[in-house]
Amino acid sequence: MFDLFARVFGRDDASKEVAKDRLRLVLVQDRSSLSPQALEDLKNDLLKVISQYMEIDDQGFKVEFSRNENTTALVANIPIRNVKRKSL
Amino acid sequence: MGEAIVITSGKGGVGKTTTTANIGAGLAQAGHKVALIDADIGLRNLDVVMGLENRIVYDLVDVVEGFAKLKHALIKDKRFENLYLLPAAQTRDKTAVSPQQMIDLVDRMKQEFDYVLIDSPAGIEQGFKNAVAGADRALVVATPEVASVRDADRIIGLLEAQEKHNPFLIINRIRPSMVKKGDMMDIDDMIEILAIELLGVVPDDEAIVVSTNRGEPAVLNGQSRAGEAYRNITRRLLGENIPMMKLEEDTLFGKLRKMIGFKG
Repeated sequence: MFDLFARVFGRDDASKEVAKDRLRLVLVQDRSSLSPQALEDLKNDLLKVISQYMEIDDQGFKVEFSRNENTTALVANIPIRNVKRKSL
Repeated sequence: MGEAIVITSGKGGVGKTTTTANIGAGLAQAGHKVALIDADIGLRNLDVVMGLENRIVYDLVDVVEGFAKLKHALIKDKRFENLYLLPAAQTRDKTAVSPQQMIDLVDRMKQEFDYVLIDSPAGIEQGFKNAVAGADRALVVATPEVASVRDADRIIGLLEAQEKHNPFLIINRIRPSMVKKGDMMDIDDMIEILAIELLGVVPDDEAIVVSTNRGEPAVLNGQSRAGEAYRNITRRLLGENIPMMKLEEDTLFGKLRKMIGFKG
């Protein structure tokens, strides 16, 4: 019965949607030819640059690919501990 | 001067050899002079798929090394006067031939044939590089599965890097009933992800297994759906404008759903 229901209304959990989502993400990494090491380097470089302006919680600092709707983005989540006061 | 087309995929077992055999037979049936090259040195199979395994005397490596003449190594097909196979060596490996040697060989064959189809081995190493080296165009075969699509994407990137631009996609072994249930990627999904032009779609068809058992390309079988798909692919390759074949009749239910506007 559920199957019939699902077929009438179209399902978001259809396994092909899962396949597409997984493919899109993995292809971003494949295409950018960013190795996990390169991503780690990128993260460290970002950390260095941003640390010049503010104090970052480097434990919570995350860089990853994410997808929503039709775009793929490189998302950096950077928890700030403290913004440095600019000395005039 | 003929044209050389490589059939490749990255992943193994998605239908490169079957596709090569069927397009080759299709082009020969249309009256063109065609040569098939099995570039899978060490794991040759195009000979058995074509039903020509008993006629091999010399092979690709013999020709490249100057041990045999090209005309002596080429095997004439049983069904078509104008279809030939250059088999791979079975007791050597991919390093027995270099990309430059393949370019020279393919160029020579293009003088004599309208179409030279090159069946690439799986993988991205030297065998692939050899197969691609002499080709003017590339056909990428992929099945609607994550592993195959991922590898196809990688191959498309590598083809681009080798200056083989604008490859065509052949979607193989699609199962309409699974597509309908949402349990298999459909044509649009694959094109959207891979972003290359579609040459054709071949439905999963038991007739392919039967035709391979017999060594007779399915393209010659008027009853087979896959055979029909390969006939269409051949005609598109020749520049004809053939609409994609419908994979399944629309059911009343499907039509209704479309009318109401639910996604299918």
